[in-house]
Amino acid sequence: MGKEEVAIKEGDNMKLCITSEGKTLDAKVDPRFGRCQNFIFFDTDIGNFEACENANAQFQGGAGIQSGQLVVSKGVKAVLTGNVGPNAHQVLSAAGVSVFTGVSGTVKEAVENYKNGKYKSADAPNVGSKFGMPNK
Amino acid sequence: MIISIASGKGGTGKTTVAVNLALSLQNVQILDCDVEEPNAHIFLKPKIIGEKKAVIPVPEIDEAKCDYCGKCREVCAYHAIAVVPANDGKKGSVLIFPHLCHGCGACSLLCPKGAIKEIDKEIGIIETGEKENMMFVHGRLNVGEAMSPPVIRQVKKHINLSKTVIIDAPPGTSCPVITAVKGSDFCVLVTEPTPFGLNDLILAVEVLRKIEIPFGVVINRADIGDGNVEDYCEKENIPILMKIPFSKEIAVSYSEGIPVVERDISYQDKFINLYLNICGIKNEADSCRKR
Repeated sequence: MGKEEVAIKEGDNMKLCITSEGKTLDAKVDPRFGRCQNFIFFDTDIGNFEACENANAQFQGGAGIQSGQLVVSKGVKAVLTGNVGPNAHQVLSAAGVSVFTGVSGTVKEAVENYKNGKYKSADAPNVGSKFGMPNK
Repeated sequence: MIISIASGKGGTGKTTVAVNLALSLQNVQILDCDVEEPNAHIFLKPKIIGEKKAVIPVPEIDEAKCDYCGKCREVCAYHAIAVVPANDGKKGSVLIFPHLCHGCGACSLLCPKGAIKEIDKEIGIIETGEKENMMFVHGRLNVGEAMSPPVIRQVKKHINLSKTVIIDAPPGTSCPVITAVKGSDFCVLVTEPTPFGLNDLILAVEVLRKIEIPFGVVINRADIGDGNVEDYCEKENIPILMKIPFSKEIAVSYSEGIPVVERDISYQDKFINLYLNICGIKNEADSCRKR
């Protein structure tokens, strides 16, 4: 798996997406991407965020694809989450969105760690299809 | 007449019933619609005379015509399409995930630019054959493919109504079963007298009542287990068409791939009797409907 160091410069107008169990910055990072409970869209430039419930979590199939689609349509530049499957990764990388996996803790911590360059981007999916299905 | 052989639970004896019934009757066509694991051919050993690819239509995008409007993604009921719009001078792209596609055709029908055409993707194979006077058809889904209903539909295209058509359905109660059983004049539900057999029988009964196909039950390995399946059938007014004993003779001939009617001709009468029971119930149902 190839990895690269990421450094963000101050003032970069970046939109992050963090998968979250709740709708605040104190909520825990949801380890699933496609079937996470909520997406938090965080603007690193102005420091505000928007929380959005993930309707795709209920899908029988294609949750990762459509979550990827949502993130792309929001103009996100980087995704911070626990795990990303193959279909979602394909959509995100087609749109040039960086993916950071293995992220845990609170949303706030994730954003801080990201800003401090503590995460490495994953250029491949780290779990298989249906990983985030309930009862798995 | 089309008779399908189904069961909620797997391993109850669908193929045993289908194959032995087919061998006991004249002028028969048998269709093995359990395309994920077809096995009727093991017992019948038909001579295969025809082979055809089983396909599903999947969308192909003409990037020259596409303006990345996202309509195809929106209408796809199976979430199999993602559209990445053009951005910063970078070309957009449409991502299609063929494994999720059911081949419904909505995307190509509703694309405002006419930028989607459907191409056939091979997902399996249909083989036709014969054994003495019996016509044989089965489908085989390729390993790794998830969508069996299109293959089942392509097997069923071979139905010849001048014959008694016997359909060996897949187990369960979901889309593949419904695709296999739909259009039958009668459905035989094979079960076993165990709590698992009963549980899955009840589910299968719900399906058949919903799609309004007359049905009856065959209890396999009838002398083991408990009496709850029979009690259930009595309570629900479901005819028990046949009971097959738990016999070493049947098990041995099954393990050798030999239909029991070929080993012991006396079983033929029992399967003919099953057929006559089916005809009787079917006629009764028909005359009720006419009234």
